[in-house]
Amino acid sequence: MLDQEQGYVTADGRQIGGTVMDMRNITLRFGGVTAIKDISFDIREGEIRAIIGPNGAGKSSMLNVISGFYVPQEGDVYFRGQKRAPMRPYEVARQGIARTFQNIALFEGMSVLDNVMTGRLTQMKAGILSQALWRGKAEKEEVENREICEKVIDFLEIQHIRKTPVARLPYGLKKRVELARALASEPKLLLLDEPMAGMNVEEKEDMSRFILDVNDEFGTTIALIEHDMGVVMDLSDRVVVMDYGRKIGDGTPDEVRNNQEVIDAYLGVSHD
Amino acid sequence: MPEQLVFAMEVFLNGLMAGVLYALVALGFVLIYKASGIFNYAQGVMALFSAMTLVGIMEGQVPFSHLINAILGTSVHHFGWHLPAALAILVTMGVMVLLAWLVQVVIFRHLVNQEPIILFMATIGLAYFLEGLGDLMWGSDIKKLDVGLPQGINLWIDETTFNIFDYGFFIDNLDIVATIIAAILVGILVVFSQYTKQGRAMRAVADDHQAALSVGVSLSFIWVMVWSVAGFVALVAGIMWGAKSGVQFSLSLIALKALPVLMLGGFTSIPGAIVGGLIIGVGEKLFEFAIGPIIGGATENWFAYVLALVFLVFRPQGLFGDKIIERV
Amino acid sequence: MFYREAGDFKTSYQDDNQTFPIKFDRYRYYFVLFVAFAIIPFIINDYWANAVFLPFLIYAIAAIGLNILTGYCGQVSLGTGGFMAVGGYAIYKFMTAFPDVNVFFHVILAGLVTAFVGVLFGLPSLRIKGFYLAVATLAAQFFLVWLFNRVPWFYNYSASGQITAPERTVFSNPVTGANSEPWMVYLFCLVFLVMLTLVARNLTRGALGRSWMAIRDMDIAAEIIGVNPLKAKLTAFAISSFYVGVAGALYFSVYLGAAETEAFGITKSFNILFMIIIGGLGSIFGSFAGAAFLVLLPVVLKNVLVAWLGWPTDLAAHLEFLIVGGLIITFLILEPHGLAQLWRVAKEKLRLWPFPY
Repeated sequence: MLDQEQGYVTADGRQIGGTVMDMRNITLRFGGVTAIKDISFDIREGEIRAIIGPNGAGKSSMLNVISGFYVPQEGDVYFRGQKRAPMRPYEVARQGIARTFQNIALFEGMSVLDNVMTGRLTQMKAGILSQALWRGKAEKEEVENREICEKVIDFLEIQHIRKTPVARLPYGLKKRVELARALASEPKLLLLDEPMAGMNVEEKEDMSRFILDVNDEFGTTIALIEHDMGVVMDLSDRVVVMDYGRKIGDGTPDEVRNNQEVIDAYLGVSHD
Repeated sequence: MPEQLVFAMEVFLNGLMAGVLYALVALGFVLIYKASGIFNYAQGVMALFSAMTLVGIMEGQVPFSHLINAILGTSVHHFGWHLPAALAILVTMGVMVLLAWLVQVVIFRHLVNQEPIILFMATIGLAYFLEGLGDLMWGSDIKKLDVGLPQGINLWIDETTFNIFDYGFFIDNLDIVATIIAAILVGILVVFSQYTKQGRAMRAVADDHQAALSVGVSLSFIWVMVWSVAGFVALVAGIMWGAKSGVQFSLSLIALKALPVLMLGGFTSIPGAIVGGLIIGVGEKLFEFAIGPIIGGATENWFAYVLALVFLVFRPQGLFGDKIIERV
Repeated sequence: MFYREAGDFKTSYQDDNQTFPIKFDRYRYYFVLFVAFAIIPFIINDYWANAVFLPFLIYAIAAIGLNILTGYCGQVSLGTGGFMAVGGYAIYKFMTAFPDVNVFFHVILAGLVTAFVGVLFGLPSLRIKGFYLAVATLAAQFFLVWLFNRVPWFYNYSASGQITAPERTVFSNPVTGANSEPWMVYLFCLVFLVMLTLVARNLTRGALGRSWMAIRDMDIAAEIIGVNPLKAKLTAFAISSFYVGVAGALYFSVYLGAAETEAFGITKSFNILFMIIIGGLGSIFGSFAGAAFLVLLPVVLKNVLVAWLGWPTDLAAHLEFLIVGGLIITFLILEPHGLAQLWRVAKEKLRLWPFPY
């Protein structure tokens, strides 16, 4: 079992708990390329943890390791105190880790509501026979889960497009629907891969507000990859900085901002 | 030399030659797929259509005669001329280029950003359409195709092998000629795609449509060219198979046979099409020879597919295909 | 003016989940059911049954099956003919081995056998995708047809290799064999179609249907958000094959009466694929529309061209190829979601009619 540090309360009254996700000595290779070199960091319950770094640093790969899509050649992932056994991505999702994707991965053949409902698939247990007859457990489950999804839809203010096929939505709304889908599963840990990418100032403000609200109201732990430094400084409790697959900074936004190595990485000082 | 082994050698050689023909048909697929991401199910029907057109032009058939007669009550069938094979082949090639242009303009220009499965189904539709068109134009009866290729058992090989092995190999002259022509064609295609300006442009398009556009490559032109080349390959395949077994519907089923070839070799690889074709050609015949009699024969109907299927389970991209990297 | 929703509010999610939320649609549906069950059996004759209704009912079942696999779950299959063969030969073996059991149960058993075979041939779908999978299903198609052709046990060692359906009755009325009446056979198939359609509708609008569509649209993302791809794909194969097997069993036993493996060749596979393309992928209504279209087209062509204009029959056959191929291409370019989408758009317009917008 893992030692869990004591929690604390932030300046604005949010409760941060002990470690919920612990990455230890993660190394990830693709053939000859090492995407992640011996990186360790943790994520605490209830916090907003940013992962930043120049392009190609390995941030998305790290997120993929966390969500179980990539299996690191070395190192271990500890979730809620338990070392992660070899498992398929959908089993990781079942444990309560949800995510959004850098290049939107919505199901384009379905409506907004259906997409959000797919977020509940890990929780829907009614058997095939019950579904085939649409009686009893299946129908009840369908209505219950619909209620939960509608709450999420209300929360993210997308009621007006709930029956629209997602293929028809503009980029900003698609990102919001993806967030809704991730939230619908009531995750313990929410991973956001560049949630603000491609948005204008207004959309970024909306998205930031939603992220903060999610963390505030539901206490959801959030890890996000983000390039906009302003967003990172405003939203996050702690930051991990990556460059060329290595960790070069880990701490509060202020600590990281004044770290020389981080500054060098972003300004492009030549590496040996 | 044990008798079974000698028989096996003969089967092996025949298999090799069938394999070369498979490879030729598979090449047509690879070219189109590489350049446009379209898997052209209609390749086999194109072979059939081109062969039918060739026969029709050589014999001076009136196109759509059946239909015209039904509507107008007339009884025309032939113009009355007989074109020499070489000229007829040129004309047919022209028809295939026109067809390539039409296919590009009418169909695939409108389907540019669609998913691969939609494109595939469009080619199935095209196959049916071409089949109906071919039947309508030239009639669906079996035709004999004679472009002057040597036929019959090669006597030299028969005698020589008899002297060595005490058993004369039956190898058809036509098969030998087909193999040589196919090999030459493969060589030309490889040289064309690697060393000429158009070939380079084709490879650029295969890699990245947008990037190719940005360096000034005309997508339309390349695609018409690719379909024309595929049409030419189809014509050659049509002539070879047609001369062997007559021009009829079953010719279009070769396309289906090329599929396991491609699965083995990888959809994007020219050497893969060749190696895959040879493996399937030899494998099919040897399997039928060795195991066929035990389980009831006619295993050639399904062996290629099952072999490819088993192979794919262990190596989903085929022998030489690009490794499928799943990205999120 | 009559196609109105105003005032028709849904007050619960349960109501919103109905198949026909608009009242008019529901009445239309009841009307069709009424005509199908209460009127047609009295006016049907041999010709209409064999040329139109029976093939329509049977192919509709097969089309729904294939639509589940290809339209909803995105797994392309070119092996539908082979699976229909499994259904046909399975019911033959059951009918001849257990003559006292009612043929109704044999149809269901044949479907279950086909479901099992479908799962077997569906296993490669866990490793192979897209075209590759389509070609792998061809392996199923050719192998199965060969199997039923060459292994004599399947056709009970008969000399001709043909299988013939022995006479069986339901409620004392023959449904198979020479003495069967068209109205009885029609009702028998209709009952299966209605039951299976209801089940398909329920499955596709629920959790299982969503997991299928998620796999179809983006299988990697689907797995990451929690869909078990093995379960989703194999259930799709199983259920789809069940439907196709039932269709095959009905096709042989009550429609053809006698069959050889040629009846289940690759042309059959393409036919049913065309039905769901033209009708609409991922749509139950589309399966009906496509089946109706491809059953009626040759009938219409034959009646117009051959009977009326006096053209030879092979000309009509060639034209059919031309038209079907051309239509496939046209639909794919203009309306990839098939007739079902055209219908949906028409209904949208009808909601506003006579106002333009």
